[in-house]
Amino acid sequence: MTPAGGFPAAARAAVADSQLRANLRGATHAIRDKRAAAVAEVADWEELREAGRLIKERAMRHLDRHLEDLEAAVIAAGGQVHWAPDGAAANRIVGDLVAATGSAEAVKVKSLATDEIGLNDALAARGIDVLETDLAELINQLAGDTSSHILVPAIHRNRAEIRELFLRELPDPGELDETPAALAGAARRFLRERFLRAEVAISGANFAVAETGTVGVVESEGNGRMCTTLPRTLITVMGIEKVLPRLSDLEVMLQLLPRSSTAERMNPYTSLWTGVTPGDGPEGFHLVLLDAGRTNALRDEVGRQALHCIRCSACLNVCPVYERTGGHAYGSVYPGPIGAILTPQLSDLESGATLPWASSLCGACYDVCPVKIDIPTVLVHLRGEVVRREAGGSKDAAERLSMKAAAYAFGSTTRYRRAQRLALRALRVLAKVPVLGRLVPGPLAAWITVRDLPEPPPETFGDWWRGRRP
Amino acid sequence: MRVGLFITCLGDTLFPATGRATVAVLERLGHTVVFPAEQTCCGQMHANSGYEEEALPLVRGFARCFGGDDLDAIVAPSGSCVAMVRDHYPRLAAEAGDAALAEAVAALSPRVFELCEFLVGELGLEDVGAFFPHRVVYHPSCHGLRMLRLDEAPLRLLGGVGGIELRELGEAETCCGFGGTFAVKNADVSAAMLADKVRAVLDSGAEVCTATDSSCLMHIDGALRRQRTGVRTVHVAEILAAVEGR
Ligand code: SF4
Repeated sequence: MTPAGGFPAAARAAVADSQLRANLRGATHAIRDKRAAAVAEVADWEELREAGRLIKERAMRHLDRHLEDLEAAVIAAGGQVHWAPDGAAANRIVGDLVAATGSAEAVKVKSLATDEIGLNDALAARGIDVLETDLAELINQLAGDTSSHILVPAIHRNRAEIRELFLRELPDPGELDETPAALAGAARRFLRERFLRAEVAISGANFAVAETGTVGVVESEGNGRMCTTLPRTLITVMGIEKVLPRLSDLEVMLQLLPRSSTAERMNPYTSLWTGVTPGDGPEGFHLVLLDAGRTNALRDEVGRQALHCIRCSACLNVCPVYERTGGHAYGSVYPGPIGAILTPQLSDLESGATLPWASSLCGACYDVCPVKIDIPTVLVHLRGEVVRREAGGSKDAAERLSMKAAAYAFGSTTRYRRAQRLALRALRVLAKVPVLGRLVPGPLAAWITVRDLPEPPPETFGDWWRGRRP
Repeated sequence: MRVGLFITCLGDTLFPATGRATVAVLERLGHTVVFPAEQTCCGQMHANSGYEEEALPLVRGFARCFGGDDLDAIVAPSGSCVAMVRDHYPRLAAEAGDAALAEAVAALSPRVFELCEFLVGELGLEDVGAFFPHRVVYHPSCHGLRMLRLDEAPLRLLGGVGGIELRELGEAETCCGFGGTFAVKNADVSAAMLADKVRAVLDSGAEVCTATDSSCLMHIDGALRRQRTGVRTVHVAEILAAVEGR
């Protein structure tokens, strides 16, 4: 849920937080530059992007068939498949599966889909203790905080803050300084013991291949590899849009993803598994296929491309809005440009109604997206959806009225010229008595809070032209 | 060439000097400028704000006004209004299911150019005979940069201006925070983006900040004047129109 007042209100608080601004600026700029360098190394990057786009488009076009193929392949390989129409169903299924093992705890790999449906809280309510094993997710879990970035969930925190947190929360942090090595070492010691005793692991998935039933997790820390190989039971929760038709599609995706997300040529750990293999890895594998609004988004021909997202987070890192507000202002597991188009479609338009406006439409996101999601166009499209939905309502009635009035004025040259004269007259009055502009809250007041108004010219261009050529 | 001037509603109403400069440059280069009197607004604000229904009559109006075959090219001193016509008109016409309009737009939009892309891309010019002895920094507006792919065109033209001293803009390709209604709907984020842009402009040491879009310049100028920085904004067209002794 977006906080009351929506994005603008949450963003107002965020832009005033100087520590947050400094943390975000440093982090997004560093990764932005690294990504650009990693991408520049690939001569056929644009062709790769186009291939990625086409793969996703094809996967979505026949999603129903690919999902059934996936189910059959996973079952054939010894796994089990569960269908969850919404988050509540998925949480119930996972809870039942964990309970059936007799264990009251689970280790977990970072997964956005499970954050989206609030799995950890749902399991906690059933007495199941879930431990996040990704370093940044662990930081957030220990701090009782939520993620603010798809890839770097604790991007809003700096090392000093993390050290404080570990000293306070970890059972045996030992001597601890602020170096990344020391901080990671403390987390590792804590996690290792939990990995070794875990009976159940929960993961998300970056991809699942319909053709073979192969499921994949891409990560950097190796915690994912531990989770997907050590415990006896592995439960994977995956949004249905993650399915890829063929194993060879990974060739494209595994090139696009690491360079776009961590700016690496190849990510350190890519775990791929197909069902279960006796004597090697988990004895039981469950794939929970989550809909939770995806089918709904698929219905929208323009909006559906949001489902192509491979969660690389490149769009967040280049977004000038995200850089200044951080992820929490979006009130969603999915922040930044992708969040602004995905959240309103996955939840309901109402709770995400301000998100399509959380963008200046600068297009930086579209330029970096490895699967070429035209985020600006989807944003504009969703703005239209919100406006159409709220038509006739009292919300934003003033805006609607002025938009209609402007459209009416632009509809004829006579009305247009009259409106021009009115606007210039108003501007002249405001130039003399600036305080008038602040009297009524609204666009004018918002403008002049930080900017002067333009100086009114003596005549319009049209007037000049007509005077020049009789 | 017979060039139709697409003045844009903002330029017509608030920045007539930019329009006059566009006329001056084109006429100096020997072209005939035509100003179709029926033009009003391209509909960008409506389309980008979710009021596509209201934008559609404006799309039709534009197609009527500029659709005649007596114009060799249509030129505007605005990247974002040109991007609206070239990138969004086809989509709007298609979504409205109006085949005739779609056809008209398809015929029309490839002839619509932003001033700099017209001068460099269509006419192959880099030196238009301008003289502007000032320290200038160029801000690449987003729609020109990413939708029209103007690339170096404005900078090449500025580089050809006599007397000019071009300065580097830090993080030049970052949005200034205008974004149409974004500037007032998300006023706080817009202001934060603007603050960084203004800092970069001041750090450049320039006395003039220029761009291809009056809208971005209005936003940047509003802050430069509010903060009494003494740095002014001048549209690229006005720099290209300036000549020695004037
Ligand atoms: S929308 Fe594109 S750039 Fe953004 S996270 Fe998804 S795949 Fe990456």
